[in-house]
Amino acid sequence: MKTFYGTALPNPLMLGTAQYPSPAILEQAFRQSGAGVATVSLRREGAGGAGAAFWQMIQDLGVLILPNTAGCHTVKEAVTTAHMAREVFDTKWIKLELIGHTDSLQPDVFQLVEAAKILTEDGFEVFPYTTEDLIVAERLLAAGCEVLMPWGAPIGSGRGLNNPYALRAMRAEFPEVPLVVDAGVGLPSHAAHAMELGFDAVLLNTAVARAGDPIAMAQAMMGAVRAGKLAHDADPIEARDMAEASTPVIGKAFLT
Amino acid sequence: MTVYSVIGAGVAGLAVASELVARGATVQVFDPSGPPGAHGCSWWAGGMLAPWCEYENAEEPVLRLGQDAIRWWQTRTEVTHRGTLVVAGRRDLPDLRRFARRTEGFQEVGAQIATLEPDLPGYGQGLFFEGEAHLDPRRALMDLYNGLIDSGVTFHKTVAPASLDNAIDCRGLHARDVLTDLRGVKGEMLVIRCPDVSLTRPVRLLHPRMPLYIVPRGDGVYMLGATMIESEDSSRITARSMLELLSAAYALNPAFGEAEVLEIGVDLRPAFADNLPRIRRRAGRIYANGLYRHGYLLAPALACGVADLALNNTHSEMVDEDRT
Repeated sequence: MKTFYGTALPNPLMLGTAQYPSPAILEQAFRQSGAGVATVSLRREGAGGAGAAFWQMIQDLGVLILPNTAGCHTVKEAVTTAHMAREVFDTKWIKLELIGHTDSLQPDVFQLVEAAKILTEDGFEVFPYTTEDLIVAERLLAAGCEVLMPWGAPIGSGRGLNNPYALRAMRAEFPEVPLVVDAGVGLPSHAAHAMELGFDAVLLNTAVARAGDPIAMAQAMMGAVRAGKLAHDADPIEARDMAEASTPVIGKAFLT
Repeated sequence: MTVYSVIGAGVAGLAVASELVARGATVQVFDPSGPPGAHGCSWWAGGMLAPWCEYENAEEPVLRLGQDAIRWWQTRTEVTHRGTLVVAGRRDLPDLRRFARRTEGFQEVGAQIATLEPDLPGYGQGLFFEGEAHLDPRRALMDLYNGLIDSGVTFHKTVAPASLDNAIDCRGLHARDVLTDLRGVKGEMLVIRCPDVSLTRPVRLLHPRMPLYIVPRGDGVYMLGATMIESEDSSRITARSMLELLSAAYALNPAFGEAEVLEIGVDLRPAFADNLPRIRRRAGRIYANGLYRHGYLLAPALACGVADLALNNTHSEMVDEDRT
């Protein structure tokens, strides 16, 4: 089983912690689903420990914490936020997010590679939020990243996997690298799809937090990633154009 | 004779005092900051009595308990009963459909928007919550305060003595020294003046991260709110928040671009983990807290719950702990 910088995940579901109706519902979404990793944004909650009460609540969940640089638009902002995250959560993990486009929140991959290099040299373990571009992926690995997190679709769009072909190609190109589909998942079927493609985990937030019943949706997502992983490991059949009967036909009176 | 001592003169404390007095109790109020003012977070509230809109992202008690608020306030201050209009930008129409699915008490409106609010050009789809109302929070606080004074309630501009009997602690986030599970949720708002635009009821503009709303205060003055940030830094508004609030107003009507910014408000809402209010009794002292973003909507229910406990020893659903 692949590890994330030496840490094996208890399961392949990573959940964000923003936009829930209340911290109590957030906590139940984690407890009832069993999601093993929580991503936390530091940018909006501000510096100087102002978000301490909320962050303490996240830490009390007892899951692995993956702080992120959500909302950062420049290398400098992202590096500063990463340092703050390391202090607040006492972890080397950082989900590196560098927004390049206002409407699609598409990552700025050029700055992403630059920031990944700086942070890796500084001892961080970087989880880069990237596109499905293979060359960018290579550059990120060369910069020291040991995990890649391509988008499924724009953040919060709930569209599912916009480009399954490219994600499949990425999986084939980097068979040994832990890959996470990050962003764009709206339904459990999307999450299962990512796992069926051989991805190692799925990271999502809005689909659960903004569902009418976030606790039930978190459980549904966990069921989906587990099903998708089981299916992938079970070596699924190939799709074909014509029927293939599952019972023998010879000797049956089928020509009547 | 039993004298009830309410500690804190924000919306929670004043509502509790008002309800106790209405039920015939003798009350005094302690608040070292004095009469209602900018020091309390209820000074900066929107003052929407909008249980159906709030229910979109809140738990069931908010809808049920909030519906009694309009009647409670009507006997104590001026309540404007013109409903709420919810609209979304063209690209956010899926959010409007979701909003509609998550709540009730509305009618879908299209062309009627132009009749309801002629100064909302370009919005062709919305939800109209006819049963909702709004009030001016500062006026409501002063009306409660003056009503209590007229009823003979004494206000002490001092810290309440620790040894008080029959004390009811309504200090909001300051009560954190006792209620350790309280947290502050930062909110930022603006008061603007724009006589060019005439809106007659609260209008909400759907936004992916916060419920943005604009509440008319009369004379071309509008309250524009409010951010919700899991932070306890109440020192300043951020540029980002200011941009988002003003962009919302501008999106509703570009004439808001000419508005004057009269006030900037920043404060922390006291909240428990489920964002619902609580009544607790510890060592004889009652604590009423955690109104979160529902100060005016749920203060009446909180006040009734406190009065039920203090006067009749009956437990409303808000009581989650009773250690006399």
